[in-house]
Amino acid sequence: MYNPQLTKDGKLKHLLTIEGLPRAILNQILDTAESFVGVAEREVKKVPLLRGKTVCNIFFENSTRTRTTFEIAAKRLSADVINLNVNTSSQSKGETILDTVDNLTAMHADMFVVRHAESGAAHFIASHVAPHIHVINAGDGRHAHPTQGLLDVFTIRRYKPEMHNLRVALVGDVLHSRVARSEIHALTTLGVPEVRVIAPKTLLPKDVEKLGVQVYHDMDKGLKDVDVVMMLRLQNERMSGALLPSAQEYFKCYGLTPEKLLLARPDAIVMHPGPMNRGVEIDSAVADGKQSVILPQVTYGIAVRMAVMSILAGNSE
Amino acid sequence: MKIHIKNGRLIDPKHHIDATQDIFLAAGRIAGIGEAPANFVANQVIDASGLIVCPGLVDVSARLREPGNEYKATLESEMRAAVAGGITSLACPPDTDPVLDEPGLVEMLKHRAKQLHLSNVYPLGALTRQLAGQQLTEMSELTEAGCVGFAQADRAIVDTQVLWRAMQYAATFGFTVWLRPEEPYLAKNGIAHDGEVSARLGLKGIPVAAETLALGTILHIARETGAKVHLCRLSTAEGIDMIREAKQCGLNISCDISANHLHLTEHDIGFFDSNCHLKPPLRSQRDRDALRQGLADGTIDIACSDHTPVDDDSKLMPFGETEAGATGLELLLSLTLKWAMEQHIPLSQALARVTHAPADILGIDAGHLGLDARADLCIFDSDQYWKVEPKALLSQGKNTPFQGLELVGKVCYTLVNGQIVHEA
Amino acid sequence: MTTSVHNLPDAESLLNTLTSKLAAYIRPDTAIVGIHSGGAWIAEKITPLLRQSNPESELTLGVLDSSFYRDDYNQRGLHAETRPSQIPFDVQDKHILLIDDVFYTGRTIRAAMNELFDYGRPASITLAVLINRGGRELPICPQVTALELEVPHHQKLQLSRDADNRLHFTLEENA
Repeated sequence: MYNPQLTKDGKLKHLLTIEGLPRAILNQILDTAESFVGVAEREVKKVPLLRGKTVCNIFFENSTRTRTTFEIAAKRLSADVINLNVNTSSQSKGETILDTVDNLTAMHADMFVVRHAESGAAHFIASHVAPHIHVINAGDGRHAHPTQGLLDVFTIRRYKPEMHNLRVALVGDVLHSRVARSEIHALTTLGVPEVRVIAPKTLLPKDVEKLGVQVYHDMDKGLKDVDVVMMLRLQNERMSGALLPSAQEYFKCYGLTPEKLLLARPDAIVMHPGPMNRGVEIDSAVADGKQSVILPQVTYGIAVRMAVMSILAGNSE
Repeated sequence: MKIHIKNGRLIDPKHHIDATQDIFLAAGRIAGIGEAPANFVANQVIDASGLIVCPGLVDVSARLREPGNEYKATLESEMRAAVAGGITSLACPPDTDPVLDEPGLVEMLKHRAKQLHLSNVYPLGALTRQLAGQQLTEMSELTEAGCVGFAQADRAIVDTQVLWRAMQYAATFGFTVWLRPEEPYLAKNGIAHDGEVSARLGLKGIPVAAETLALGTILHIARETGAKVHLCRLSTAEGIDMIREAKQCGLNISCDISANHLHLTEHDIGFFDSNCHLKPPLRSQRDRDALRQGLADGTIDIACSDHTPVDDDSKLMPFGETEAGATGLELLLSLTLKWAMEQHIPLSQALARVTHAPADILGIDAGHLGLDARADLCIFDSDQYWKVEPKALLSQGKNTPFQGLELVGKVCYTLVNGQIVHEA
Repeated sequence: MTTSVHNLPDAESLLNTLTSKLAAYIRPDTAIVGIHSGGAWIAEKITPLLRQSNPESELTLGVLDSSFYRDDYNQRGLHAETRPSQIPFDVQDKHILLIDDVFYTGRTIRAAMNELFDYGRPASITLAVLINRGGRELPICPQVTALELEVPHHQKLQLSRDADNRLHFTLEENA
């Protein structure tokens, strides 16, 4: 099947989604990221790979946190970074996107890091950029957030190198989560044999099992003997309404507490893509506990994004 | 003007004709079949050897975009596209700007269309003013102005009381009510079938129940009010089952599907192909198979183009922000033939679905080749393939999911009122 | 096409030559850095020997992968197999013995030195290689060489390591 992310000879040109990427490419990204982890610990935390290149963070949807991680990653690769927050409410949206892209292309940008509230926005931009430009999806609607998915599997691999022998549970709002979709594809591509999703039916997409996951509605059953617990963020506006009655009831049924964590394997690790809603998805005692790898996730996020950028920028057609 | 069309394979599904016969046209009417009428001297002879001669196609849903959206398409561009596709009669939904809810607008549209001497245009009037689902339109006046039925296009009537009254009122005069069954709350902000692909791509889904719930409501009210209802653009297997059952119970209903849905599924969206952003959404393969079967067994009466020209800018956006719809006038014949070939449906039966069946439901005298009928004909080569190239399409709407595909069935001549209006 | 091994110098004996030549360069604050991958294998093998003969020096060992500093990145992209550099000591004011297998254009050494400087400012860098094949393109040249061997441009001289941890040279025609 045609994959718009790959060059004719099968190299990564854009990173838009993890779905459909060969395992070898995922491994290349993760292996390269290993090399970048050390760079942050040196006297000079920079390598000259992207010297003279310009990376544009185009954020149609605001996120200081994500933008910052991409910015740090690009700067550690010695790239010049331009940040652009585009207000989508101004004029005709379609024109704004392509106009923005054309304008930045005219300014000789080399790489776009794109975030947009609409699923498919990154694919759309990638299909309209000049051939020398690489596009990284930093989150499009509910669709994908591939660098988050990659940094999550990178973190897992560091703590649990035997990926083919793992049981992983994703807990929470899968329906609206681009992170969940990318995590699921990354885990299944890397050969994790059992990926579970745990959520009330209102927070699961129809036919979610076709993504290769097992569905649980009961947290106690779903957490049984898992090696990795990946919590998902619940947006404020979804905490009470037609999807869920209240944050309190959600926490009672699906919040991760020390007691519930006891059902998982004793050496299980706990992850969260951030920012956390303490007391809604996760108890502080777990978030700050010894099984939590939430802060290492953030650290590794930079290395993984450096790896993605340096692989993409080197793959010219 | 007298025309003699010779040596063609004449197919007239309504009169069960499928034979190599000549046909003679005079004064805009069909003057003879098989044998020339007395003293017939042709001004022109068309040699249709190896071609099929059939009634001009009747399309029940073609958006012409006039008035109001001339930047997307004009009456002239779309009427030229229609005859290029062999379509000689078409009904247009009322969702123009302004909405077709005033007799004056309908008369104007009819008048402008008539002056072009291309296809015959039959407007569907708005069922409620502004399509807002609150106040009834002057259906009787609108019918006098030329409306052949009353529709809501893609706008649902949320208030079931109003829906009930609208159907009661239409039933009073025997007008047909055209409704696309979609429950507006379940479909709210939805852009794709609620299923595997929407789960994968993170697109907000429109569940099957959005169609079946609305369909259930409409069928109940139809039963209570005795209204004649035509259900537009069915998309689900469950919906087809309900129609089948309702027809068996003797309900006065009919239904259509778009030719796009005969061939495509949710999987054709691929990586967010906005050409596949359609209303209703492309559904699962199981649904598509049920549509193909339903059209074959007559549960579904009509295949239509659901022609919706969209300007490029409205498709050049992330999937969810794009405007739904695809160009279709020039593809209807080929997509119908493709279905017939793949399902092994006799040509005559397939052509019935796009000629006399829609004409009967519209209540117009078209779609057949009876003696003295209006001489609307389509002459096509059923073996010739052509490639769907947006630039080559006459419609101003260039977007179609079939872009780049080879389709069979090339229209060679289209005649309206006994005049050649298209010649390839 | 690979030239038969007996035409090529024996890597293991060159190792001995290099080790004995290096003895003069060892100081108490010397650290050894091998360049991935051939240089790292060599460094791994000779470091214990050098430690034996120089017990007063700690001789910490590091590995550099200079992929992130290569000047052919824009043409060839990132090397598919990038390994983490491991410099488990403070580079500041150390005397570095930089080890590689084959010295050719000097570009790898340029990249490696750039990377080293991002760890700190060494007191000195001494470059030692098994073979100097000629063809340098930069004002960089090894101070210690086990063998000078002219190799034509169209051939690629490469070090490999077998299952018994023994090193061999192979010669291939460039693609």
